[in-house]
Amino acid sequence: MSVVFYLLAALTVAGGLAAMLLKNTVHCALALTVAFAGLALLFLNLDAQFAGFAQILVYIGAVAILVVFAILLTRGSETPKDGVFSRTWLTGLAIAAAVFAVLGWAVIGSARVLPHETAVPAVTVQQIGVALVGRYVLPLEIVGVLLTAALIGAVIVAMHEKVEHEKEEQK
Amino acid sequence: MIENCDQIFVLLRHWLVSFLPAAWQQTAGVLLSVATIVCLFPALFALTTVFERKGLARIQNRLGPNRVGPFGFFQPIADAIKSLTKEDIVPLSADAAVHFLAPVLLVITVFMGFAVLPMGRNMVLVDLDAGLLFYFAMGASSELAVFMAGWSSRNKYSLLGAMRAVAQMISYEVPLLMSSVVVVMITGSLSLTKIVEAQNHYTWGLPHWYIFTPWGFAGFLMYAIATTAETNRSPFDLPEGESELVAGYHTEYSGFKFALFFLGEYVAMFSISGLGTTLFLGGWSAPFSFLTWVPSWIWFFSKLMLSIFVFIWMRGTLPRLRQDQLMNFAWKFVLPMCLVNLLVAGLWRFMGDGWLRWVVCSAILLLAYAGMGLGEMRKQRLGPRSYRYAE
Repeated sequence: MSVVFYLLAALTVAGGLAAMLLKNTVHCALALTVAFAGLALLFLNLDAQFAGFAQILVYIGAVAILVVFAILLTRGSETPKDGVFSRTWLTGLAIAAAVFAVLGWAVIGSARVLPHETAVPAVTVQQIGVALVGRYVLPLEIVGVLLTAALIGAVIVAMHEKVEHEKEEQK
Repeated sequence: MIENCDQIFVLLRHWLVSFLPAAWQQTAGVLLSVATIVCLFPALFALTTVFERKGLARIQNRLGPNRVGPFGFFQPIADAIKSLTKEDIVPLSADAAVHFLAPVLLVITVFMGFAVLPMGRNMVLVDLDAGLLFYFAMGASSELAVFMAGWSSRNKYSLLGAMRAVAQMISYEVPLLMSSVVVVMITGSLSLTKIVEAQNHYTWGLPHWYIFTPWGFAGFLMYAIATTAETNRSPFDLPEGESELVAGYHTEYSGFKFALFFLGEYVAMFSISGLGTTLFLGGWSAPFSFLTWVPSWIWFFSKLMLSIFVFIWMRGTLPRLRQDQLMNFAWKFVLPMCLVNLLVAGLWRFMGDGWLRWVVCSAILLLAYAGMGLGEMRKQRLGPRSYRYAE
C-alpha cells in the first residue's frame, strides 16, 4: 500500500465524514463531491482510466448537481428544528456495522480466490466496449431499461405537479 | 527544415530539459508544457477580449476601445490593472469558503481540459486512451463551480441566474456528448490523437475531415450549438446577459475573482473550440495536401481563432434566446437530431464506400431536419408579420 493510496483514502474518508458532520446541507453536498473525487482518484491510481473518468463525469458532473438541486428546491438548507441526529441512532449504527462486516468479508474472501497476477492487465477502452456489447449485453440492456423507466417516472412526477397546480388555480 | 519548423516546440522542450539530470527530465518536461499552456491561453484570452470588443463594435457600427495603445490593442493591460487593484468585496452573509472556491474550481477544471488536446503533431500534453472522456469529465465539473458561485452569494438574483445557467449547461451537455460519440463511432477510439490521425489523409488533394461527411456536418452543427450553450455565449447567454440587465451568478464578485470568471469562460471557449477542431475539422491537419509544409500548430491555432471569430460574429448578430425557448430547442430538436445522426453514422459505416451512402445519409438527415422543423413550427401559431411605427 503506497503513500498515494493512503492520501487518497484519507481524502475520501474526510469527504464522507464532512458530508455527515457539517451543519449546512449544501456544504454536506459539496463534501460528498470531494468524496466522489477521492473515489475517482482511487480508480485512476489503479490504472482504471475509463472507470475513473466516468466516475468524474457521472458522479461529480451529474449526481452532485442533482443532489444540490434537490436540496435547494426542497428548502433543506435551513437547519431542522429537532436536530440532525435521529433517536434510533444505535439501531442504525448496528445495521451499518453489519453491512460493512458483510462487505469486508466478501472483499477479503475474494482476494484469496483471485489468481496472483504478476502484471497489471492493460485494459483499453476498446476491450471494455467489446465486453459491454458481447459478454455483458444483458446487464447493459437492463440498465438501459432501468434508466428509461427512471426518466419516464421523473417526467410523469413533474407533469402531475403541473396538472395539480393548474387544477388548484382553477378552483 | 520543414520538419524542424513543425516540431519546433517539441525540440525546444527537449533542448531545455536536457540541461537537467536524467532523473528530473520527464517531470521537468511536463512542468514546462503545463507552464506554457497556463501562460499561452490567458495571453490569447487577453487578445480575444480586445478582438471581441472591436469586432462587436464594428458589427454595431461603432469604434470600440481606441484609447489605450494603437487602435486600442493595449486595452487588456488596462483591464488587468483595474481588476487587480479593485477592492475585493465579499457580502457579509455570503458563504466565504464556497465564495472563494468557486472561481478557483472553475479555472482549475477549465485548464485541465487542455491536457488532452493535440495542438500539433506530437504536441499533446498527455496522450490518454480515454482522452475524450477525460475532457468531458472536466467540462462537467465546471458546472458545479457555476452553481457554487450563485449559491454562495446569498443573493436571490445570483441564485436564479446560477440555476438557469446550470439547467442550460446540463440540457446542452447531452447533445454535446452525443454529437461527439458519432466521431468516436466512426474512428473506433476515444483517443484524440487517433481521431486527428484518422482525418489526416487526402483524396484528390482534399482532406478526410469529418465535417465533409453528412453525419460529420450535422454533428458539427449540433456540436457548435451545444458549445455555444455550454459556454453561455450569445445567443444562449441568458445567464450572462442577465448580469447586464438584472444580475447573474457572478454579480457578487468584484476585482480579480470576476476577472477569473471571465478568464474561465473565455478559456473554456478556447478549449471547447479546440476540441471541436480536433473532432470535426481535422485538428492540426492542413486543408489541402499541397499545404502540408505549413507547421501543424499554425493550422490548429488558425482553426481555433476562426471558431472564436464565428462565436464573436454570432454574438453580434443573433438575438438572445429566452430560457424556455432554449430548453425546448435542446430537448425537442437537437437531441432527436443527434439520435438520427447516430443512426446515420451507423448506416455510413456499414454501407461500404461509394456514392450511395452519401446520398442515403444526406437524404435521411435532410428529411429529419425538415420534418422536425415543420413539426415544431406547426405548434407555434405565428401569424403574418406586422409592423408598428411610431406616430
